[in-house]
Amino acid sequence: MSAPSAPPAQPAARAAGTAPSARQIARVRRRRALAGYWREYRKDRGGMIGLVILLALIVVALAAPLLASSSGLNAAFATYPANAGPGLHYPLGTDADGRSVLTVLIWGSRISLLIGFTATFLSIVIGGVIGIVAGHFGKVIDNLLMRVTDWFLVVPFLPLAIVLAKTLGPSLGVIIFVIGVTSWPGTARIIRAQALAVETRPYLERSRALGAGHWHLMSKHVLPNVMPLLLANTILTVAGVILAETTLSFLGLGDPLRPSWGEMLNEAFFTGGGAAGNQLWLLAPGVAIIVVVLAFTMCGHALETVLDPKLRER
Amino acid sequence: MALIELQDLSVTYRTAGGDVPAVRGVSLALDTGQTLGIAGESGCGKSTIAAAILRLLPRSAKVGGQVMFEGEDILTMSWGKLRAVRWAGASIVFQGAMHSLNPVQRIGKQIAEPILLHERGVRPATAAKQAAGLLEQVGLPGWRAASYPHELSGGQKQRVMIAMALACSPHLIVADEPTTALDVMIQAQVLNVIKDLVEQRGISMIMISHDLSVLSATCQRLAVMYAGLIVEEGPAHEVFTGARHPYAEALAWAFPVIGDARSRLSPRGLGGDCPDPADVPPGCSFHPRCAVAEPECASVHTQLWPAGPGRVAACIRVRPGSAGEYHGTSVKEEEDAPGEAVS
Amino acid sequence: MTALQPGARLEARDHLETEGPGSSSLPRVLLVKIGSALLTLFFVLVFNFFLFRVLPADPAKNLTRNNALTASQLAAINKTFGLGRPLPQQFWNYLVQTLHGNLGRSFVNQEPVAQLIGQRLWPTVLLVGSSTVLATFFGVWIGIRGGWNRGGRFDRTSTAICNTLYAMPDFWLGMVLLIAFASKIALFPTAGMHNPAGGGTGLAGLADLLWHLALPCTVLTLVYLAEYSLVMRSSLIDELGSDYLTTARAKGLRDDQVRRRHAVPNALLPSITLIMLNLGFVISGAITTEVVFSWPGLGQLSYIALNAPDYPVLEGTFLVFSAAVIAANLIADLLLTAFDPRVRNA
Repeated sequence: MSAPSAPPAQPAARAAGTAPSARQIARVRRRRALAGYWREYRKDRGGMIGLVILLALIVVALAAPLLASSSGLNAAFATYPANAGPGLHYPLGTDADGRSVLTVLIWGSRISLLIGFTATFLSIVIGGVIGIVAGHFGKVIDNLLMRVTDWFLVVPFLPLAIVLAKTLGPSLGVIIFVIGVTSWPGTARIIRAQALAVETRPYLERSRALGAGHWHLMSKHVLPNVMPLLLANTILTVAGVILAETTLSFLGLGDPLRPSWGEMLNEAFFTGGGAAGNQLWLLAPGVAIIVVVLAFTMCGHALETVLDPKLRER
Repeated sequence: MALIELQDLSVTYRTAGGDVPAVRGVSLALDTGQTLGIAGESGCGKSTIAAAILRLLPRSAKVGGQVMFEGEDILTMSWGKLRAVRWAGASIVFQGAMHSLNPVQRIGKQIAEPILLHERGVRPATAAKQAAGLLEQVGLPGWRAASYPHELSGGQKQRVMIAMALACSPHLIVADEPTTALDVMIQAQVLNVIKDLVEQRGISMIMISHDLSVLSATCQRLAVMYAGLIVEEGPAHEVFTGARHPYAEALAWAFPVIGDARSRLSPRGLGGDCPDPADVPPGCSFHPRCAVAEPECASVHTQLWPAGPGRVAACIRVRPGSAGEYHGTSVKEEEDAPGEAVS
Repeated sequence: MTALQPGARLEARDHLETEGPGSSSLPRVLLVKIGSALLTLFFVLVFNFFLFRVLPADPAKNLTRNNALTASQLAAINKTFGLGRPLPQQFWNYLVQTLHGNLGRSFVNQEPVAQLIGQRLWPTVLLVGSSTVLATFFGVWIGIRGGWNRGGRFDRTSTAICNTLYAMPDFWLGMVLLIAFASKIALFPTAGMHNPAGGGTGLAGLADLLWHLALPCTVLTLVYLAEYSLVMRSSLIDELGSDYLTTARAKGLRDDQVRRRHAVPNALLPSITLIMLNLGFVISGAITTEVVFSWPGLGQLSYIALNAPDYPVLEGTFLVFSAAVIAANLIADLLLTAFDPRVRNA
């Protein structure tokens, strides 16, 4: 089944007696295409489950103040016993500072998602730009950019992240920067391959013959055609970024004042509280990470399948 | 007893969009040493028949009727018996040899594989020698056995497929569009190879093609298929030069014979496409495209009526009671040599 | 980029297809590949130099231990490391030193970094090597079994488990297993590679080693296995609709024979490509597991250096990790060129 495309019927404007503008036609066509994609996406059960989980996650993150008071994060005011098992006021037990694990978990979702989204954004922007530019200009520029990309692909992520984070100093911003700067190569390669395919299409040649400049070609023609793939790639990248952040936090490169789920695991393990006292402190963030990463992965794969029919029935 | 007899064979594919009847009741018979061509456009069900004969259809296909091979029904055979019949009783030369050979295995090994499988006590060295011998019979040097598929040209690969099909000396070979993807010169070479080998060894052959001229030059009898049904069958030369069913006639004229003044001066084409198997026109399935269709054709139930000595056609023009009715018997007469092309 | 990222299969296909039979001879191809690998290594050195000597505001502080330095001490350091000299000369010194195996001295105990790395290389190789072998073996088997009977119960279960394993932080799995099997039930040791009290020699020593290796190896095996089996499954499913499988069935082969003789060899090629191209990364992938299990390898060394902070050691381990990936990729590339009949220059 090819990508759903309805034959362009007459836009509503025509009924009013005026000729539709090119933009209106394009808008109607795009809306129809999107509706088609959504219909296809709905058929993927994994994708739907993932989507529901992600929406729930975003709700929890945004509604954190409503679900658990922020004072619960303040170790100085913690009144519950440390490393205790599940109790009435702390269903998932407490951590080494006496805070309710559930509270920290809920607030931690914000940090994890924040890092996840911003690092991904950085990675996608860099990767996307490099991919499109390399695909568009070709030859020397392409060669150069791909050499740089290849270099980043070869260098192992964790050692690179460690040395970068250590030399640049510990902070949330550095973590985001480090992850973003080390994750873009994968995106760049994929986008470049797609951009190269798009560049060979006839309307680009026509556009060029009409005198379109590089910026116009890249932004008005290549980018929209690369966007769907970029979107699917973005979602899958977030999954990887969350895992990367978890690992970096576990190794002590995170920000202890703003506990992400990775930070929680770090504290739980190294203070010994997780092992000896409250195992839920160790289990809960891990399970949360698994669920969220799985959700992003399922959504990403569902999106890939919708956009590329050859991947169906996997 | 016929070597192979298809009795009311029907194949329906179960798809997400519903049931698609690709073959809607085909009956054919072939004796030892005979050759039969099945002609038709893409999508009329020819290749499905080839796969059905050896029960190679996917599990989503519903198969009805019988395929009697040497007295036993292949469709209901036990699994073990089926595997024994495959290749040793009947083998297939697939279309598109590009992808029908294992890309990472040497040619010789692939040809020797069925030999080692079906003949007890054969040593690998002997099988390898037999494989090399088969290659030489199809006109390829024996040392090619050490090559990989990607090292051969299209024509060479097709000849490898033929050599492979002969490996276990089957009684029947089904050749599914064996020359479709080849250049005309190579096509001629490959067809000659097939003809010679089949005659020498007395193997029966069913050849499937959309090219009527090829079939008429290679086979004794010819059956024309349309929309999952046989619409005409008879001696190849007669069907090719004087078809009784309008579709068979159109198909014959679509392949002009070089040197034949008639086809040069009056080229004819056939408008439209083969009907979608899921949406076949009622009555005679050909009537929307037929040049001589009558109003009755949209509702009549067609069957294969006698149309000449040893010929049948599914058109109301030869139906008993019509002007073109054939009054003789439909029993097959003495076979001539495979018809020659009109020159 | 892991083997499961969308671009990875593109990579493998690219890799296999661009190496078409060309007019270049084998020695020339080899030379080009080795040269390319050396070039990449060179840039790793440049990067290292840039990050540790050029970037920090005061490199001297990074090279000692941030203790208060007297002017003369500072001058001495500047002299030893040539920090006052122009950059290109510094880089040249650095290059020469590194190529001679002089990676500096650790802050913590003043030992030569190269020596530290040498001591800890074997434990990491042992851990990572055993895990990779087991993961490849089991992963490929599971992938084939799942992919061949796609949609069946085995397939659905194994895919779900593999996806979950793949979504798991690997050190978390380690922690869970550690608590379950070493703390709660004292089935395995909680840390280290050998019994501190002395594991004994010979067979007893080997048993002790294996006993310590069991848990960390299990963790890494499970983590890698998830990826490998999903890749293999995907690869096999790609082959399922191929025409040559119909030919094989038409010859009268049993289902398992068709799978073993025809489908698997073709599916194995791209999967092994991906697995081998990822091989270099497994060495650094063990870092967190070594930390959880206190396994005395390069990973744990990096971790200790991270917290000290011990910059010479960090520099050194980064170099070793990168070199490992480059070397592994090169070897994998060469082996694959040698083994794919479509790629071999006749």
